[in-house]
This record gives sequence, C-alpha cells and structure tokens, in this order.
Amino acid sequence: MSFALDALTILAVSTGAFFFLAGTVGLLRFPDALSRLHALTKADNLGLGLVVLGLLFQPEELFAGLKLVTVWLLTLLAGATVTQLIARTARPGGAQE
Amino acid sequence: MTDRPLALDIGLAFLVLGVAVWTIAARDTFAAVVGFVAFGLLLTLVWARLAAPDVAPTEAAIGSGVTGGLLLGASTRLHGTQTPAPGEKPGAILRLAAAALCTVVSAGLAAIVLLLPEPAPTLAPQAATNISATGLGNPVTAVLMAYRAIDTLLETVVLLLALVGVWSLAPDRVWGGFPGPRHHADPDGLLPFMAQLLVPVGLLVGIYIFWVGSVAPGGEFQGATILAAMWVLAMMAGLVDAPAVSRRWLRLLLVAGPAVFFAIGLAGFAMAGAFLAYPEAYAKLLIVTIEVPVTLSIATMLALLVAGPPERALR
Amino acid sequence: MADFLLAAAGFVLATVTLGLVRILRGPSEADRIMAAQLLGSGGIAALLLLAEAMSVPAAVDVALTLALLAAFVSVAFVKGFARSGADGA
Repeated sequence: MSFALDALTILAVSTGAFFFLAGTVGLLRFPDALSRLHALTKADNLGLGLVVLGLLFQPEELFAGLKLVTVWLLTLLAGATVTQLIARTARPGGAQE
Repeated sequence: MTDRPLALDIGLAFLVLGVAVWTIAARDTFAAVVGFVAFGLLLTLVWARLAAPDVAPTEAAIGSGVTGGLLLGASTRLHGTQTPAPGEKPGAILRLAAAALCTVVSAGLAAIVLLLPEPAPTLAPQAATNISATGLGNPVTAVLMAYRAIDTLLETVVLLLALVGVWSLAPDRVWGGFPGPRHHADPDGLLPFMAQLLVPVGLLVGIYIFWVGSVAPGGEFQGATILAAMWVLAMMAGLVDAPAVSRRWLRLLLVAGPAVFFAIGLAGFAMAGAFLAYPEAYAKLLIVTIEVPVTLSIATMLALLVAGPPERALR
Repeated sequence: MADFLLAAAGFVLATVTLGLVRILRGPSEADRIMAAQLLGSGGIAALLLLAEAMSVPAAVDVALTLALLAAFVSVAFVKGFARSGADGA
C-alpha cells in the first residue's frame, strides 16, 4: 500500500516538475508576452497543483494536508488574477482600464 | 538542511550575486525593483538552506514583499524624473570613493567570516536551556520577546518614526489627508473579486502565523507583514480606501503597540526588578499581552509605509 | 522518497531560476513581472517539497507566507506599471 502511494507521489511530483520546466521554456522561448503568459500559467496551476497532489499521497495529518491545498488554491487565485491583469497591460494598445 | 556544500548552494550564491549586480546596473527603475524582489526571493532560499526557518519567511515577507512594494511606490513617483540632469551625475572621484568604501566593507566582512574561531561563539545553548522560564517553545521568539525585548521595542519605535518621516513628505495643503491615489473598484471587476476572496483568507493566515510563533517559526513580525500586505491589497483593489492619516483611531492603533510594550516594560521594575523583566509565573501571559497590540501596530505601520505620504486633502 | 523529493525541489528551483533571464532581457515590463511570478511559484513548490523531504513542517508555513506576499507584490507591480505607464507622469 505504501509502495503504491509512493509511486503515485513520484509520478505526480515528476509530472509537476515537468510542467515547471515547460513553463520556463515557454517563458524563455515564446515570441511575445501573451504567449509567454500562457506558458507561465501552466507552471503556476499544473506544476504546483501536481506537486501538491503528489505530496498529499504521503501520510500526514489532516491539518497539514489542508495547508498544502490552501497554498495551492491561494497561488491559483492570485496567479489567475495577476496573469489576467498582466495580459491587459501587455496586449497591443496597452491597458485600457 | 545538510552540511555538504551542494552544487545547489554554489549556484545559488553566484545567482544571488549576479541578480544583485544586475539590479544595481539596471537603467529602468521599475526593472530594478523587479530584480530586487527576485533577489529577495533568492535570499529566502539561501536562508532556507542555512536552516533558518524564522528568517526565511521574514526575508520573503518584509525584505522582498513589503520593501518591494515600497520601492515600487517610490519608482512610480519618480517616473517623470528618470533621466538625471547632467549636474546630478556623481563625478569620478565620488564614484571611486564609493567603490573603495564598498571594497573595504566587503573585505572586512569576508575576513570576519573566514577568521571566525572554530567552533563559532554562540549563545544558542544558553538560550535553549533557559527557554522554559519564558513559557515559549520557539527560541527565536524567546530572543525577540524576552532576552532582547528592548531591541524589539526600539524597532517598533523606529518604524513609527519612519512612518512620521514619510508623512512629513506631504505638501502642506494635503497634510493629514489620504495616502495614495483613490483606487476605483469596478464592482464586477477582476481585482476586487480576487481581493474579496484572498484578503479574508490572508488575514486568517496572518493571525495563524502570528499565533503559532510562540512554538514554531512565525511570530509577530511575519504575521504583521501578512496582515499589512492584505490591507494594502484591499486598498489597491479599491475595496477600502486608505485611512486619512489624521484619524484618531488610526493614530491610536499605531501607538498602541509601542505604548503597551513600554508600559509593561516599566511595570517590570515593580514586578521583577528591571525594565522589561517578566516574573516567571506570568512571562507567557505578559508576552502575549505585548504581542497582540504590537502585531496590530506593526501591521498598520507597514501598510501605511507602503501607502505613502498623503496625496489627497481632507475635505 | 526523501532523496527524490529533495532532487525534485532542486530541479524545480534550477528550472525557475533559468526564468531569471527573462527579468534581465525583458523586453517589456510584463515579461519581468512574469519571471518574478514564476520564481515565486517555483519557490513555493520547492518549499513544499523540502518540507516533506526534510520533515520540516514549518516550511509549509513559509510557503503560505510566500504565496500571500507574492500575490501582493504581483498586484502592486501590475498596478504600478499601469499607473506609471498610463498617466506617464
């Protein structure tokens, strides 16, 4: 049982790390700000989310698990909003608030 | 946190230096502020690698977050005067003198670190053995609130003086007015929505981090910084307006922390024979009694520092 | 497991610090903000991994702090950029 959980952790964390890599490569290689933003959100959401998911498979108390999920949700919320705001300033024509 | 110097550590050290150099060399102030925040984040990792779980979040929160916000406000105000007038550029002699001074300071620091006696002198064992008298479980909090409480008291006063200094930058006609521009919140907008969700959770987390500081890494400065950041976030999203600096409740809030700290310090003469001495039976209670108003005061001070000097007059 | 998580933390950190190049090169302010954001998220992920790998639960609290402060700083950046860019004063 614990072997299966460990395997799931390794799988999830590895995939999460891969998304961080993908996000960084996108940030560096994509041609313009908006497409780089797209890459960034993958790292923020999926990268961190999968890492949190993988860590949840490891045995720990309920409160600790809740804290992990809270960290992810806060990052998700903040990231989604900020990337939207950045996109508004980055699009051709600039910010039109 | 192992002792082997990993490639990670060496890479981190070079990275920190590189980002620092870039931040100073950057032409655009905004870009330099972003570089500074990145520098702070890297320093947080360095602290984590040095096994300092109290300093790391403080660096992230105050050194990188709040100071970044402060610098950003300054950079925004300076935007119109980015290019220095020819008469303002420092001459070659001044630059050489500055370079010489920096070199001497760096060499001195390096000499001190390299010539430290082995084992390095430390009071940590004594701090750890006497901690039961304070009723606390976190030695860093014990240092801040019991062994060196006078330093913490003076820090709060220094912050307050800094805030008064910032307020003094206001032009006469807006003295006592509202800091910063009015941020308008579109009721269906994105930022207010996010703030309405994030700020309450953030306030809870701030209180939690403050409370847990008595037994685990955390404490009043980190908690206060989170509270301050959430307040400024609410202001930026237009959910609340910055309070006018002449409001009595605001000034009471600012003064409450240092005042209670000082009062309990004076009471220490009567209770245990010295300034800021705690009688052993009541140590934890007194410390908590000091910590709560101090946290609120520091949170207010930090938030107002970031908000800046008054820009809008009282009607 | 601990070693794997430690390696994963190092990998994530190394990856996102590569993104620092974006801070240096720009070309727009939005790019720099994005790179700082990535560094923040990567730092949070690395801290969570380290918390588990080294049995230091305090690191999760550090990650929590970092998440909130990163949100604050990012919004401040976007607001600051919009303000100084929009009114050009």
